[in-house]
Amino acid sequence: MGVSGIAPRLPNPYSPHPMTEDSRFGLARTVTLAGPLELDGGAALSPVEIAYETYGVLNADRSNAILICHALTGDQHVASTHPITGKPGWWTRMVGAEKPIDPGRHFIICTNVLGSCLGSSGPATVNPATGAPFAMRFPVITIRDMVRAQAMLLDHLGVPALAAVVGGSMGGMQVLEWAATYPDRVRSAIAIAATARHSAQNIAFHEVGRQAIMADPKWRGGDYYADGDPPAAGLAVARMAAHITYLSEAGLTEKFGRRLQSRDAKSFGFDADFQVESYLRHQGISFVDRFDANSYLYITRAMDYYDIAEEYGGLLANAFRATRTRFCIVSFDTDWLYPTAESRAIVHALNAAGAPVSFVELSSPFGHDAFLLDMPELNRVVDGFLRAGERT
Amino acid sequence: MSELRPDLAIIADHVAPGSRVLDVGCGDGELMEVLQAQKRCDARGIEIDAANVSLAVARGLSVIQGDADADLVNYPDNSFDYAILSQTLQTARAPDKALSELMRIGRRAFVSFPNFAYWRVRLSLAWGGRMPVTPALPVSWYETQNIHQLTIDDFRAFVRERGIIVEQAWFLTGDRRCGEAAANLRAEHAVFLLRR
Repeated sequence: MGVSGIAPRLPNPYSPHPMTEDSRFGLARTVTLAGPLELDGGAALSPVEIAYETYGVLNADRSNAILICHALTGDQHVASTHPITGKPGWWTRMVGAEKPIDPGRHFIICTNVLGSCLGSSGPATVNPATGAPFAMRFPVITIRDMVRAQAMLLDHLGVPALAAVVGGSMGGMQVLEWAATYPDRVRSAIAIAATARHSAQNIAFHEVGRQAIMADPKWRGGDYYADGDPPAAGLAVARMAAHITYLSEAGLTEKFGRRLQSRDAKSFGFDADFQVESYLRHQGISFVDRFDANSYLYITRAMDYYDIAEEYGGLLANAFRATRTRFCIVSFDTDWLYPTAESRAIVHALNAAGAPVSFVELSSPFGHDAFLLDMPELNRVVDGFLRAGERT
Repeated sequence: MSELRPDLAIIADHVAPGSRVLDVGCGDGELMEVLQAQKRCDARGIEIDAANVSLAVARGLSVIQGDADADLVNYPDNSFDYAILSQTLQTARAPDKALSELMRIGRRAFVSFPNFAYWRVRLSLAWGGRMPVTPALPVSWYETQNIHQLTIDDFRAFVRERGIIVEQAWFLTGDRRCGEAAANLRAEHAVFLLRR
């Protein structure tokens, strides 16, 4: 653990990093790596910009690093205030002092994924070759490309291996890809509400979202950056459709039922009469302020291309053959986006590969998004699993 | 190991150190924890109850939520030195399949179960005319999870018909061991160590 003089324990884990003059560590970091990053699609990206945050202190033997992978529309602000919305980090229930992932014990890294729009290379990035944003000329990427970019960042940070890689939803997909691609760099892996491949239904919902964006006349083939008039309507519809898949019927019924929005009777018009309509419209409208439509296209594409078993003869177990990584898989009973059956398929493959794996289906009325909500049971499981890894 | 349930203590005492163990129906992982801490075993568990799984995982154990009926088929042959089925056989929908999966996955298997031919059980049924409620079978007929009640003699015949070898057997009344003589009448619980 922290040897004094190199990595002293600080009273406030959010204080400036003790490697004080080392600008690699801290909040709101951005780095431009030379690359090239060879992509699954055949293209190469150079340079590669990565926006990220670190919390806590990398210990002397560099053994306490935890990488947190974010979901489709998440970002690197896992436990810091979002620069656009001003809201607290997206996973402060899991990450923070006295939480399962604790900057007092762990060196925490969270990167904005490749293809996203919060500072990492993506379609909104200016192509150095042309001086104009890539837009749809950005190469199509995969989940594994995102993971490769994260590995490049770890090299830059001097982190040889991760005590754990943790994520929910698309973050969980990256977790599995990490374990398959870099088995020697991952000691523990926690994949929550995730899947090892995108199903036809998953792809179908994403295609609805993409078509909504592309059908917006303001999309203009993706070249909308210059005049600041993005396809907000299309992106909002994409978000509304997707948001339904993150909830559950029981959750929607409990939260909204058929209740009317600020009115006593139906309007016999097409205003948002129902609370659920108003809620979805709000979700759509607030989303466009913080997210880029082209990024939405690229990241949903990456998720649709995701099928870990594909490269291993269709046998998921082969992706984890001889792995020494410990796995913890968690699903939620009302998650119909990545239902428990998907998690079980992962668990069966890991068992067949002889990997140490824990799996639990937790009960929550809130569907897929349960992993972001207050779930004491989830925290207990993650905490116990991480601590057990730290004991060995 | 004194804190363990008596049948689990017997199993813990007789598992070879350093072996790979699958505990089917592992509860909150108390046996696994002992095997890992005191016998340096690589212990894995399957448990049907989510709250128990959470407790076990929070203890740092490798436990998956599942059950003997559905999940054993997914394990490769000989993937464990021991497969353990403690107090679970009588709750399986298909005990015969569960046992054959157990013998396929593990080179050896421990199976423990409550003996339905225990004399108090017989008394209750024969003279009381009621389904027995005893310390080993504490729940009324309508809420018990024990859907396939069996006796020690039933189990002996069951494994014999399948060519499974009984390496050792232990019998318990309450917390005390009892001998093999008339065990089918005197024993409340039995623990068997089996191999193919």
